[in-house]
Order: sequence, then C-alpha cells, then structure tokens
Amino acid sequence: MNPFSSGTRLRDMIRAIRACKTAAEERGVVRKECAAIRAAVSENDQEYRHRNLAKLMFIHMLGYPTHFGQMECLKLIASAGFPEKRIGYLGLMLLLDERQEVLMLVTNSLKQDLNHTNQYIVGLALCALGNICSAEMARDLAPEVERLLQFRDPNIRKKAALCSVRIIKKVPDLAENFTNPAASLLKEKHHGVLITGLQLCTDLCKASEEALEYFRKKCTEGVVKVLKDIANSPYAPEYDISGIPDPFLHIRLLRFLRILGQGDADASDCMNDILAQVATKTESNKNAGNAILYECVETIMSIEDNSGLRVLAINILGRFLSNRDNNIRYVALNMLMKAITVDTQAVQRHRVTILECVKDSDASIRKRALELVFLLVNDSNVKPLTKELIEYLEVSDQEFKGDLTAKICSIVEKFSTDKIWYIDQMLKVLSEAGNFVKDEVWHGLIVVISNASNLHGYTVRSLCKAVQTSGEQESLVRVAVWCIGEYAEMLVNNTGMLDVEEPITVTESDAVDVIEIAIKRHTLDLTTRAMCLSALLKLSSRFPACSQRIKDIIIQYKGSLVLELQQRSIEFNSIIEKHQNIRSLLVERMPVLDEATYNGRRAGSLPATTSASNGAALNLPNGVAKPAAVPLVDLLDLSSDVVPAPSPSGGDFLQDLLGVDLSPASSQSGTIQAQKNGTDVLLDLLSIGTPPAQSTSSTSDILSSIQDNKTSSGMLERLSSPSGLSAQASSPAGGSPIMDLLDGFAPNLATQEDNGPAYPSLVAFESSSLKLMFNFSKSPGNPQATTIQATFTNKSTNIFTDFIFQAAVPKFLQLHLDPASSNTLPASGNGSITQDLRVTNSQHGKKSLVMRIRISYKVNSKDVLEEGQINNFPRGL
Amino acid sequence: MGIRFILMVNKQGQTRLAQYYEYLTIEERRALEGEIVRKCLARNEQQCSFVEHRNYKIVYRRYASLFFLVGVDNDENELAILEFIHLLVETMDRHFGNVCELDIMFHLEKAHFMLEEMVMNGCIVETSKSNILAPIQLMDKAS
Repeated sequence: MNPFSSGTRLRDMIRAIRACKTAAEERGVVRKECAAIRAAVSENDQEYRHRNLAKLMFIHMLGYPTHFGQMECLKLIASAGFPEKRIGYLGLMLLLDERQEVLMLVTNSLKQDLNHTNQYIVGLALCALGNICSAEMARDLAPEVERLLQFRDPNIRKKAALCSVRIIKKVPDLAENFTNPAASLLKEKHHGVLITGLQLCTDLCKASEEALEYFRKKCTEGVVKVLKDIANSPYAPEYDISGIPDPFLHIRLLRFLRILGQGDADASDCMNDILAQVATKTESNKNAGNAILYECVETIMSIEDNSGLRVLAINILGRFLSNRDNNIRYVALNMLMKAITVDTQAVQRHRVTILECVKDSDASIRKRALELVFLLVNDSNVKPLTKELIEYLEVSDQEFKGDLTAKICSIVEKFSTDKIWYIDQMLKVLSEAGNFVKDEVWHGLIVVISNASNLHGYTVRSLCKAVQTSGEQESLVRVAVWCIGEYAEMLVNNTGMLDVEEPITVTESDAVDVIEIAIKRHTLDLTTRAMCLSALLKLSSRFPACSQRIKDIIIQYKGSLVLELQQRSIEFNSIIEKHQNIRSLLVERMPVLDEATYNGRRAGSLPATTSASNGAALNLPNGVAKPAAVPLVDLLDLSSDVVPAPSPSGGDFLQDLLGVDLSPASSQSGTIQAQKNGTDVLLDLLSIGTPPAQSTSSTSDILSSIQDNKTSSGMLERLSSPSGLSAQASSPAGGSPIMDLLDGFAPNLATQEDNGPAYPSLVAFESSSLKLMFNFSKSPGNPQATTIQATFTNKSTNIFTDFIFQAAVPKFLQLHLDPASSNTLPASGNGSITQDLRVTNSQHGKKSLVMRIRISYKVNSKDVLEEGQINNFPRGL
Repeated sequence: MGIRFILMVNKQGQTRLAQYYEYLTIEERRALEGEIVRKCLARNEQQCSFVEHRNYKIVYRRYASLFFLVGVDNDENELAILEFIHLLVETMDRHFGNVCELDIMFHLEKAHFMLEEMVMNGCIVETSKSNILAPIQLMDKAS
C-alpha cells in the first residue's frame, strides 16, 4: 500500500488545509494530496477509493482541477455497495458535466441501476440522470424513465418526473410520450410528486403548443381543485411552514395556473374564485404568506382581464409597497412594472412612494424604482418628476449617476414641451453630471439650441454662468464653448433678454477668459480643446479687439504634441494673420441644423438623400444608429464624425464645374496631414478658388465637419453665382441671413446640377454595421468610363480588421479595383476606408450599371461576410 | 432553469459548498464566486436580500458565519427562494443537530446528499424534511 496517501482521512485533510496561513501553503498541501490520490488511482486501490473521491470533491470545490479522478467515479458507480455507489454518483455530478465524453461510459451502469431492485439505487440513478444527462443519454434511457413514472414508490415517481423534465429539454421530440403520464401525475396526493409533476407539465406546456391545449382542456379544473384542497387543508406537520401548508406547492400550482390561463378566457374564468380566495385569505405577516401572495398577484396580472381581481391585486401591491421590509418592497416594485401594462392609473397613484424609493439607501431598490419611474412618466407629470430626479442626481453616488443621467436625458428629450424648459433641464443635468452624458445627448442639445433662435441670448448667458461654476463637466464645457463661439455678440450685448433673466455684464475679454480657462484645464480631453480653438477663431472674428490676445493663446498650441491641436492652431493662426478678408466669412453663424432630420437620423432611419426630409417623429434616442457618410445634397445636415463625402464630393462637384483636378491625396479622410501640407494646400485651394475642405481632416468632430460643410457651401455658393459675389462680402452675424443662405443654397444647387454631368453620391449598401457610399466622377473625354470612389464606414462599435471588398459586374461592364486605403476600419465611423473603382460601360446609354458586392472582415476575431447587389446606380453612367 | 447554483460561503469569502446546475468552467466559477461574494458581503442588514448580477438574480441570507447564496433566473419568485433557503437550513439542522459551519465542512458529502434530495436540475423536488432525510438516515444506519 502506498505509504503517503489514503492514510489521511477526509477530515484530516480538511484540517490541514484550514491550518494553512497562506495561499501558497494551501496549494502545497493540495498538491501533495492530489499526487497521493493520483498514485492511488494508478494503483487501482479499492479500499480507499471513496475516501479519495471525497477528498477530490473538496479539492474541486476549492477550485483546483481534478479530472484525473473522473474514472474513479465510474469505478465507484460500478461497485456493488451502496455507500460506494452513493459517493460515485455524487462525484459524477460534481466533477463531470454533460460535455465530457466520459459520460457515455456511464450510460450502461445507469441503465442497470435504473432497473435495480433497491429503490434507493434507482433513485440515485434517476438523480444523476436528471442532473447531467446529455442528449444521447436522454434518448437511450427515456423509455426507462417513462416506465418509472408509474412506479409504485412516490419518491421514485417524483425523481422520474424531474428527470423527464431534463430529457424533454434535451430532446424535445420525446415530449409527446410524456404528456399522458404527466397528466396522471397531477392527480397524486403526495406533495413531492405533485410538485415535480407540475414542473413537468409546466415545461411540457412551454415546449409544445399541443401539450398546452391538452392540459388546458383536461387539467384546469383538476388543478384548481388541488389548490383549493391545499389552501383549505388542516394543519399538516410534515409540510407546514409558518402556519401555511406547503407554500412551495401553492406557488407551483399558481404558476401552472398562470400558464394555463394566459390568453385563454375559459381557463381564466375557472380560476377566478380560487385566486380570489388565496389573495384574501393568505396571511401576510410571514414571508411564506407573502411569497404566495406575490405569486398570486403575478398570476392575476397575466391571465385574462377580470377587473375585480385586478383591483384586489393592486391593493396587495400597495400594501407591499408600504411595508418596512426591504425584500417586500423590492418584490412590489418588480410587480408594479408588470402591472403598468395592465392598469396605468392605479400605478400612478403610487407615484410618490415610488419616487421615495428612488432615493432609498438600498441599491437594488433604487434601480428598480428608477426603471419604474421611467415607465410612469407622461406629459402631465414630467415636470415635477424631472425636478425631483435632478435634485436627487446631486446627492446620488457615482455608480448610480450614470443610469440616472441617461434616464433623465431620455425623459427630458421625449417629453419636452417647450424649448426653454428643455434647455434649462439639460443645463442642470450637464452641470451636475456632464461626464456621464452620452454624445448623442449633447449633440441633440446643440441642435435644439441652434433651432431656438429667440433663446440664443438666454442660452449663451446661462451657459457662461454655468461653466464658471462647473467647469469640470466635459459635456457642459463643450456645449458652452460652442455657444459662446457662435453667439458671442449676444453674450456681450445682452441681446434677447428674457423676463426671467437678471442682467449680467460680460465683456469681450471675459468671454475669451472663459474659453482660455477651459482650454488650459488639463482634465479636459482632445475634442473639447479642439472645440475651444475653433471657438477662439470665431471670437477673433467677432471681437476684433481681442484678436491679438486670441492669437497669442492659439499660438501656444503650435507646437502641441497632439496633431489635431497643432494643425488647428497653425491653420487658425494663419487665417487670423494672413487671411482677414475671408476670416469673417469662414466663421459666419452656423446655419440652423435641421432638427427633424437629425431626430430622424438618430432614430435610425435611412439618411435622407434629398435635402427636404420629412421630419421623423421625436423618437427615443436609445439605440442610435449613427449615420455615416452624408450624400452630397445634404451638406448642411449633421454628419456625425468626419467622413470624406463632403470634402471630396465637394471637390468632385467643382471638378466638374471648373475642370480643375483636385489632388486626390488631400481629399482622403483619415489621412492625417503634416502641418506644412495643411497650409500649402490651403493656399493652393484658395488661389484656385476651391474650398479649404481639408483643414480638419481627422478624428471625430461633427462640429468641425459642419464648419467644413458650412465653408464649402459658402464657397460653392460664391462660385456658382459669380454675380452675387459682392453680396457675400457682408457677413452678418445676425439671424436672418442664415435663412438666406439656406434659401440661397437650394436653388443654386439645382442650377449646379443642371450645369455639369455631376452624379449624386449613392448609398450603395447599408447593413446594421457597415455603410458603403459611392461617389461618381467621369472624365470629360470618355463618357463610358466612370471612376467610383467607394467609402466604407463602420457603424458598429467594434473595429473591423482584414477588411476586403470585392465586386462583380455583368459582362458588358469592365471593372478595375484599385487597392484600398487600408484594411482596418475603425469603429463608430471614426475613420473610413476608401477604394477607387473604375468601370467601363460598353453599353453606355443603353444599360446602366449594376454590381454585386461582397465584403468580408473580422470582428473580434470572428469572420463576417456581407453581400449585396447594387441596382440603384444613376442612369447615364 | 429555476435555480442556477447554490453556494455556501463564509464571511471570509471561502466557499464551503458549491452546487451548480448549469455548466461553467473552473475559472468561470471562481470568478463568479468572487464577484458575487464581494457584492453580498458588502451589504448591510437593512438592505434587501436580492442582488441583481448580469442576467440573473442572487437571493442570499446570512446564518451566523455562513452566507447562503442561490442564483436564480429573473422570473423566479424571490420570496419563495428565501423560504427554500430557510428550509434547507432547518433540514440540515434536524440532521446534524445545531448545525454549524464546521459540520458542513467535515460532512460535505452528507450536505450534498441532502441538497440533492431537495433540488434536482434546478427545480425544487421535495419540501418535507422527513422525506428528505429518510434515505440519508437509512444510509447512515446501513454503514
């Protein structure tokens, strides 16, 4: 016999492990024991096998690997004695699981044990089968289990019932065999059999429709009777729990009734009496009683409508809600969420209590209450509710703030009646918890602000005040900086004062101060500082007196290690110094961002390909699909994250109009240019008269891209109507010219389209995670050849790698693919891949282009393949 | 379905009994146990006994130095599970007589046997203490 091992009994090993002071010591002891056990296993030691297995189980529980013991389990199961079998089965259930192939070896032993004369052994086998059998084992042993469902001993029957549950789950085809026996189980007296029988029937109903119908027809009254008996039964010491006979059975019965009654009026009628009885008679001072009431209320809420019962249920909920026990309140909140769909009025009555729960000290209750409040909000109570929630936001703790902020923002967005209230609330939220606010939210806020032209002055003044107190909230600073940049004169001149405001005096240099503080604060990130630089440029134009000081501030970033800041600093500096004549034009007031289109976009609808988009209804901003590339015609719309479409398509336009060859390198987005190129290109473009579209080609900033759009549109307008050139020289900072620009733009666009053979860009392919845009251009000499620039944008939040685009065309077309700009596509439209295609149409004029595409990429090292066909090429290509 | 796992953990976070009704690897189990135990141990007496973790709920109760944690599906009746935990403790109490943590540790198999009689494949099988203890008492007599 091995001198090391099996000498130690289980308890000695446990004592040794407990005596260890450090994890390393414990590992040492465990290792020694495992070695001993392994030696015993290889020696095929009979006597101490079960002891070794017990030790192995303990070690497994501690978290160490124990697969060398699996064969031991099998040997123990095959042995004759009951204790060995017992331990063997226990080991089987703990150490193995259904995925191991070793399990197949057990099937034979199980079969023998299922037919054993000793009913405890049969029970053991059923237990093991019920816990871990796999699909093949289930198929093999199903007939045995069926037979055992009618065994004389109730203990065996109950175990067989649960075993059948697992079999049905693994092999749903066998469900029909079990339906009849299951129905007969429901007539039993033994509680254990009843409980498991009910479980079996419940699962059968979930698995198949016919079973549900069968049970509904045959068993509903039977079950109701059982429930009645049990509810009225006298004291039974066996199953009694705090005065209620077998609450577990009660609950099971109620749950089964729920499934039977859902969607079926007759069955629901049957149960009304007994449900009413249970709801009224059950004592609720003990947990068991409350558990039954809870289940009862859930059942009442799910079955067909019966107003009397519903009133009863809501009353019970009300009682629960005011109970001091936290568990009960949690459960009540849970139930109320379901009750809302049924009867909103009743739940509204409890609104105040629920609001109190939002402030509770218990995290689980807070969470539930917040979700419930969110469901309760409607037009009439939104203002007081929001007020309460915002007050609570100030005192809530960090983990909760994120949830709370998101919910408040969506409530405000969904139900805001007037703009001023919306802006006020959002300002408060931003001041409190700006760091938790998502991007869509403050983008939306900016859209609203720009639309509310009468509130510009009020907004910018409030923002100025707010940012002076809460300057660390990132989103607040961004919104404030943008507004100050746009509406700076209103800030200083106190224009558009509302009655509720007190006059404040802000001088020009104060405004510059605010931005300077923001830009110097080291906690704020790149986007904010970039926005500050843009705002400073705008200010330098609107407040010429401070121009020098602003220039000094901007110059400081000339040598910044962050490329974005460096680029902006140099370019803006250059504009301030050398290009005063166009500076004011460049930083004209932003045109009003179209709210309806933006909301439609955010709700995930397709991007409008015409500038006149019908306003989609204000939808909840959850699940926003960020639109990627913007079709040319929608230059003025928000495009989140810079995409190349505006710039190169602008370039394409002009290419057609002026026959000028724009260097393709400059129109690729995502390629970061050295600062020298920036200024050179700027100069070149200005001399040719094309827009400085590349000045901000890089990482996400919608506002700079809007600025691009703005400048390019401004430029385009100038170019296309040369007679109106002089009219543009006056760049007003007032309100009305915004509309002029917009109005002026649209007809010009129409004329532009008439002028040249320009083709609108096309959304060639769009899926939930990918968007493909085609921009067309034809060289004037060869009408049959078209150059297509394909731009891929990633709409999901994962990075795509190994991105490959393939295309196939019919025989009358010739296709040539240039290599792509890269094969990694950053997430959420943070960059894009461009690839040029050249198509020659031998049937030009007779047939239009058609193309089959296939895109393959890797996401999280999983391969994804997307295919599509593009039929909507413009005619005439 | 129903019950996903049952754990008994002491105040220092050491697992005393673990029964899983769904498949998880050893590393997953340790990670899960660590996370949940930290959450539950951090709560105080006044807070409610239900914790939401990922896509299921944990119902827990503390008896002396041992925490009983049961992980259940989201649609399970939490109050019933609390009752079940109490039933489990009472059953063990009847068998061991004034059960304490050490009893469970040194007679781990018996605790498992009892649990097996009560819960199978995540569903409650038997709720009568005598029925549960009968086979175990028989086995003790036989050996």
